[in-house]
Amino acid sequence: MAAQYRGTSTRAPDEAAVTPGPAGAPPGAGAPAPAGPRPSRGGALAGRATPYLLILPALAATVLLLGYPLVRNVIISFQTLDAFQLIQHTTQWAGFDNYKDQLTSAEFWHTTERSIFFTLANVALIMVGGTLIGLLLNRLGKRMRLTLSLGLILAWAMPYVAATTVYQWLFDTQYGVVNWVLWKLGWHSMHDYNWFGSQFSTFAVITLMVVWQSLPFVALNLYGGLTTISTEIFEAAWMDGATPWRTFRSVLFPMLRPFFLGTTFLEIIWVFKAFTQVYALNAGGPEGLTETLPVYAFVEGVGNQHYGTGAAISVLTILILMVLMSYYFRIILKQEDEL
Amino acid sequence: MRRSLFGRVWPNAVALVLFVFFVFPVYWMVTTAFKPDLDIISTTPVFLPFHGTLSHFDKAVHASGFWTLVRNSFTVTVCSVLLSLLVALAAAFAVARMRFRGRKAFILVVMMAQMAPWEVMTISVYMIVRDQDMLNSLLPLTFFYMMMVLPFTIWTLRGFIAAVPKELEESALMDGCTRLQAFFRVVLPLLAPGLMATSLFGFITAWNEYPLVLILNKESGQTLPLWLTQFQTNFGDDWGATMAASSFFTVPVVIVFLVLQRRAVSGLTAGAVKG
Repeated sequence: MAAQYRGTSTRAPDEAAVTPGPAGAPPGAGAPAPAGPRPSRGGALAGRATPYLLILPALAATVLLLGYPLVRNVIISFQTLDAFQLIQHTTQWAGFDNYKDQLTSAEFWHTTERSIFFTLANVALIMVGGTLIGLLLNRLGKRMRLTLSLGLILAWAMPYVAATTVYQWLFDTQYGVVNWVLWKLGWHSMHDYNWFGSQFSTFAVITLMVVWQSLPFVALNLYGGLTTISTEIFEAAWMDGATPWRTFRSVLFPMLRPFFLGTTFLEIIWVFKAFTQVYALNAGGPEGLTETLPVYAFVEGVGNQHYGTGAAISVLTILILMVLMSYYFRIILKQEDEL
Repeated sequence: MRRSLFGRVWPNAVALVLFVFFVFPVYWMVTTAFKPDLDIISTTPVFLPFHGTLSHFDKAVHASGFWTLVRNSFTVTVCSVLLSLLVALAAAFAVARMRFRGRKAFILVVMMAQMAPWEVMTISVYMIVRDQDMLNSLLPLTFFYMMMVLPFTIWTLRGFIAAVPKELEESALMDGCTRLQAFFRVVLPLLAPGLMATSLFGFITAWNEYPLVLILNKESGQTLPLWLTQFQTNFGDDWGATMAASSFFTVPVVIVFLVLQRRAVSGLTAGAVKG
């Protein structure tokens, strides 16, 4: 995870963790440990218990720190848990009321719709842009490639929260450099333009920031994948008179298909659950018009102190995410013939 | 393949534009942090600051509670990463080197845990921590951050351990080492790049985490991401100080990233892609 260097975060770095694809399976890493009992020391029973003892701490942590919060989330979503109940430490069951309220509220559906459009727009830009930059990296000379890679890594390494403050400054109404540049370019209505005053312009800034942060991962990984493909294949396609588009579609895409599928789903999941960028930039404003589902859950639950409602929204969000993840897992499990 | 002059020029030109696109926000952050106020709020932006000042950094460092939050951030980050390395090393060894019933199921759990939607679980985590009366404490943060990086750590280390030739370990066993000794003397030293890669990304994840600490901790229990967002609210239009604060926050991450990136990324592909 994301962890954020996507973590979280930064999210960025842990992205690489589950990236499928032929990003260069290195020599030596490929062989899965062969099965077979090894001579156990200290008795057969102890030998058989060893693996379980070794995974026990990890398993216990997962159950306690991840499983329990998930279950608890579902429990809270069936309660009326406002400031009053919180302070009194009382439990008031609400049945399906929280869900009913949400599923019949226009705001929930608007937010869902907004989240989906936001995700689609971002992921499309990230995948297309990342692919083009990856291909470009493959074509550049060594010096220029290193330069661009350095730029990509800098953007990648930038923590989300810091990036958010920087983008606020870049798009500042009065002294922001973006408004100045647009004004200089002859777009005079952009003088003193308030980017955070309307839904569309706020989303534009968030999108630019998310795409800026996510492109390096896709581009560098694709480049990594490209280096494993022999250049002769491209030369052959070129000799046969294939256009670049045709080469990409008929040669490259099929070869890197798992990479494209896996990365697309990863990006969908990450953008869909993005919280920091959206919330820290403008707190879902103006007037909640840029709230995506995770931000909506937070604002309703914590901001307005309707924790039960917030939990119900987050359960619904997790359900959507689980559908997306099941697709993702189907893709990568197909490649991992040997776990 | 020979290319025309145009064919050689445009990729470089595009690359240069892209370079500016990716670097400019970072450049603007750092230069703003060093610019005197007059240059920051001038109607024509100053692109090359020749008159640097350190006053913004001074202001950022002397903001109330800064050093407490620095200490908090480092404590939480280092502890959670070390803890997860310890827990993950054991689990990764079992998964990579041993066959046992439930192994596949465990791997699946790890893979799913890796995708855990922490951003939308903050409410229930808050309730759990509140029940334990541990709000504003660093302990729950440490544990939850540990859990955030644990699946990734297990997953990556498993690949690294699998890459260590089994024969090495076996020959150590033949030479009379116990399995534990063989692990510590033979396998562990070979895992150094893997440990580095995973702790690097663990560090970055924990250092940057925002949603959870936002809801769990107030005031003296906060970490730097919160300080940064509030710094901006508190200091309003003082962009110099805000950018100095952002630079402060970013520098450790960028250093870690740049120093270890190549090693780590090759390590990542080695560890994660196939195992």
